[in-house]
Amino acid sequence: MNKQNQSPLVHIVKRGALPWYTAWGIRGGAILLALIVCAIVTTVVTGDNPLQVYATMFEGAFGTARKSWTTMQSTAMLLGVSLAVTPAFRMRFWNIGGEGQVLAGGLAAAACMICLADAVPNWLLIILCVVTSIAAGALWAAIPAFFKAKWNTNETLFTLMMNYVAIQLVAFFVIVWEVPKGAGKIGIINQSTELGWLPVIGNQKYLLNILVIAVLTVGMYIYLNYSKHGYEIAVVGESEKTARYVGIKVERVIVRTMLLSGAICGLVGLLLVSGTDHTVTTTISAGRGFTAVMISWLAKFNPLIMVFVSLLIAFLEKGAGEISTQFGLNQSFSDILTGIILFFIIGCEFFITYKLSFRKSEKKEAK
Amino acid sequence: MFDIVSFIPRAVVQGIPLLFGSTGETLTEKSGNLNLGIPGIMYVGGICGVIGAFLYEQSAGSADAMNGFLTIAIPMLASLLGSLLMGLLYCFLTVTLRANQNVTGLAMTTFGVGFGNFFGGSLIKLTGSEVPSIALSATSSAFSRSLPFADNLGWFGAIFLDYGFLAYLAIIIAFVLSFIINKTRVGLNLRAVGENPNTADAAGINVNRYKYIATCVGSMIAGLGGLYYVMDYACGVWSNDAFGDRGWLAIALVIFTVWRPNIGVLASILFGGMYILYLFIPTGTNLCVKELYKMIPYLVTIIVLVAVSIRQKKENQGPAALGLAYFREDR
Amino acid sequence: MENKIAAVKMRDITKTFGATVANDKVWLDIYRGEILALLGENGSGKTTLMNMLSGIYFPDEGHIYIDEKEVVIRSPKDALKLGVGMIHQHFKLVDVLTATENIILGLEGKGKLDLKSAANKIREICDLYGFDVDPDQRIYEMSVSQKQTVEIVKVLYRGADILILDEPTAVLTPQETDKLFAVLRNMRDAGKAIVIITHKMHEVEALSDRVAVLRHGQFIGDMPTKDTNAQEMTNMMVGHPVVLNIDRPEPVDPKPRLVVKNLTVKNVDGIVKLDDVSFTANSGEILGIAGISGCGQKELLESIAGLQPTEGGSVCYINDDGEEEELLGKNPLEIADKGVTLSFVPEDRLGMGLVGNMDLSDNMMLRSFRSGHSILTDRKNPRKLAQSVVDELGVVTPGITTPVRRLSGGNVQKVLVGREIASAPTVLLTAYAVRGLDINSSYLIYDLINKQKEKGVAVIYVGEDLDVLLELADRILVLCGGKVSGIIPGRGAQKRDVGMMMTKLGGNDNE
Repeated sequence: MNKQNQSPLVHIVKRGALPWYTAWGIRGGAILLALIVCAIVTTVVTGDNPLQVYATMFEGAFGTARKSWTTMQSTAMLLGVSLAVTPAFRMRFWNIGGEGQVLAGGLAAAACMICLADAVPNWLLIILCVVTSIAAGALWAAIPAFFKAKWNTNETLFTLMMNYVAIQLVAFFVIVWEVPKGAGKIGIINQSTELGWLPVIGNQKYLLNILVIAVLTVGMYIYLNYSKHGYEIAVVGESEKTARYVGIKVERVIVRTMLLSGAICGLVGLLLVSGTDHTVTTTISAGRGFTAVMISWLAKFNPLIMVFVSLLIAFLEKGAGEISTQFGLNQSFSDILTGIILFFIIGCEFFITYKLSFRKSEKKEAK
Repeated sequence: MFDIVSFIPRAVVQGIPLLFGSTGETLTEKSGNLNLGIPGIMYVGGICGVIGAFLYEQSAGSADAMNGFLTIAIPMLASLLGSLLMGLLYCFLTVTLRANQNVTGLAMTTFGVGFGNFFGGSLIKLTGSEVPSIALSATSSAFSRSLPFADNLGWFGAIFLDYGFLAYLAIIIAFVLSFIINKTRVGLNLRAVGENPNTADAAGINVNRYKYIATCVGSMIAGLGGLYYVMDYACGVWSNDAFGDRGWLAIALVIFTVWRPNIGVLASILFGGMYILYLFIPTGTNLCVKELYKMIPYLVTIIVLVAVSIRQKKENQGPAALGLAYFREDR
Repeated sequence: MENKIAAVKMRDITKTFGATVANDKVWLDIYRGEILALLGENGSGKTTLMNMLSGIYFPDEGHIYIDEKEVVIRSPKDALKLGVGMIHQHFKLVDVLTATENIILGLEGKGKLDLKSAANKIREICDLYGFDVDPDQRIYEMSVSQKQTVEIVKVLYRGADILILDEPTAVLTPQETDKLFAVLRNMRDAGKAIVIITHKMHEVEALSDRVAVLRHGQFIGDMPTKDTNAQEMTNMMVGHPVVLNIDRPEPVDPKPRLVVKNLTVKNVDGIVKLDDVSFTANSGEILGIAGISGCGQKELLESIAGLQPTEGGSVCYINDDGEEEELLGKNPLEIADKGVTLSFVPEDRLGMGLVGNMDLSDNMMLRSFRSGHSILTDRKNPRKLAQSVVDELGVVTPGITTPVRRLSGGNVQKVLVGREIASAPTVLLTAYAVRGLDINSSYLIYDLINKQKEKGVAVIYVGEDLDVLLELADRILVLCGGKVSGIIPGRGAQKRDVGMMMTKLGGNDNE
């Protein structure tokens, strides 16, 4: 066989637009495949049979009302940060500083709760918590945005660094406010008075958070797709030159959008600190800022689809947690499963954008 | 008093993992791949070394029964293999499948950190061993053996000779890589791939191969940073999350050195110094200020990032095609 | 010629991009010691065909033979090994590297770089053909023509004997073009096979030995240049005889609409792009702007449109009531707020005028999305506008929800022009409005522009085809190196004179 005279075995061509159902079909297939691989991995590690694995995971995520509520809470918080970073991504601004922005918001809320609890009435304190945490998140996001707008400073790296500045800032205040001295943590703030705590509705600790995020999801969907701001964001993301050409002030849109992005992160920080945890630690955001980047991207920046992706990730987290507990393994098992699922979904995008064309001129579809 | 003789060695020891990480990431970025999976890869490099050493120590039974060469070779190879696989995964997704680099990198970090912590926390249970914790003292002592005469030469020995061989390896790799990038044909081609893959392709350079090799070798170098951390710095004791945010600091270091590994040698020690500066600053009873000192490396990186972007000097920018997937037939 | 062996034979070459067939069973022969002009309109598949020979694209079907042997060219590297070197229209150079580094890029050889001996070899090649290249200069410090020289030297350095040049003269002055042609003739005489892609008839006549014509991706025919003429070639290119006859109605009641005085612009690197430019554009008149590309045309239009920071001067808009308004220092939004309806059809349609990934209807919103007080956008009117543009200008599209990226060049331009004139402008700026368009689309655009002129709009038309400028414009402003070389009436203007003014301030004065 003379290789010289043959065309390459496989070569890659870009496809035209796929109908949406095929595209989502491919993504669904990838998730299914990933879940199978996850089951196999779990089986290898634990010796449990694959079906039992998912039964256990389901048990862990939705087994009791309480577990269902925590899963919903996790979903809501992940979704909240994902919603926050999405407008920036639509603008092609890689905000991977969600972590720091959530911390900034949470820190501001905690600061109000600690320092102002005795000074102002509770209703005013809650309002102050809300306002300052949103402002703090927005500020944290606006700093890299300003430099991006003014000097085109790389935002991916800048926002990344801001995360760690925020973490150290929180670490600093944790020691300033530690209770008791030398404990290295703050503990529950205002435990006896519950000052600055967000109200609990319907006797469900997490219901308020979930409702807030639900409203936010719909709002974000409308904002991105139907508002003038959303349209400006889309134009800036597609082409800055076009935006300038039609008189959109690109710098202003960048800063404004990042203010929004940071404000929502700040709000999530508030929900975490004043709503559920009632304390602040350096790990309060728990990597959500990073996970949110992936959720937003996997959902193609569509807030409604993000609901499902967040749920999937939260389910894995809780489910794998259950497996870890049952088999006495480390909690990080869920990260491995999440990683596997992400790799599959990331990889499957290729088959949506491109197709493989095989030699012998028959054009087969890769999937 | 500020004790410089004890400060510098500690700064170096802190800096070496960062140097491995940033050298690896610089090589990767030179090919146009912004690999945000480096923190995860360093975890994987570390834990794979631990797994290799753990299994070998378990099978050997006692420190005396261990072969000196294998004691070092097995964890090294395990570590290199682990990070190579991570590098291959990253390349397969971003180069072959052209996935978004930021998202892939973050997913790799999630996976890698999880992988490290999972095996770190579950290794004993999974292998059914009867030891209370992972403490690889025999392996660690092989890795952290310092040069001869280090103890006899006073401050000179303490500052320059008192490190395990991986520390010197990190410095050698950085200089060698610097030479390769700037003075060799392969380096020229690599720079072209990162700057303008279209042009490199038209010049007959196999863009994908360069990206694959640079990224995989970069990952392996970064993985050694994880290995150095557990075996030398942490004396063979793996504790979950102890490696912390050093991976991100390594990425920061790449910017700080304006993509030059040779500058990285000094810069990493500087970063290492800033990382532990809080231990050497007399703060009295005010412990909280120390947390603020830990912020310094990140703030400095931000300042460099801003300064580079304001000055707009072409030679100091990152590779022009950094973060972009390449498809020849794009149009 | 008949006993020569073809250096390259391409047979039944087919290449498709999505739904577009770029090349359809194309045959082509290339001989050594001959300059072949590959002629065709924009979009006829010339570049695609040559890209397959140089390994950038891979053909879907067909065979390529080099020296009678079938070859498979998978990559540019394969092509170079076979002696095929291509000089692309968009230079394939790495900005931060030096000329030498670029030239030796990708070559096999010793591991350690020997830049010195490479530089010496480059100097030898330069001396041989009379090129002027500093081997140690970085690409980003070079002019366009210097970059092109580096590209040619690069190919020669690699010992290519089949050279392909993709529209090499598009960015050159006539003097530089002559120099290039002399070099190409030298190389032909040295036995190299040379292909030059062009759509300029006079270059074909001046340079080539043989001409091959493509139309809509199909091979139409080839013949020795001396056996044919411009008319015949044009017919082959466009498929039917073209009457190069563009309407030019007399301006009705021209009044000064836009008075530009002493306009000076520097680019980001501090280089003067416009130097003390003054002129007046009248209502109901087309002012043509001629000049070699990159002589300040872009900066001129963008300064007027409020997109370009300026050093000094003024741009004064005068409305129908004689009220004056200074436009300089205002952004597009502020200009619109002053009641000046200024429309701008930029050169870079998908990069500036339109958003490629958005559909027709969303692109219509670009100008109007701010209207109304609601925070939500109005989707109804843009949809109506999109539909009416599609209907009136005959845009070929599956529907108004198709992303404009998927439309062909002509249809993209119709969408853009359609939107820009929909706002009933009083000033219309167009840059290379017919670039890449087929003859029919071009005439449709000329027609639209003339209609605007008859409505009393002041039209500023930047063009590259002098023949069109001479037939379309009422007055022609010639730019030369950022300065006004002269303003002459369009009627009766001689192409030769305009050409001279483009290369020399004020034109030739030794006659």
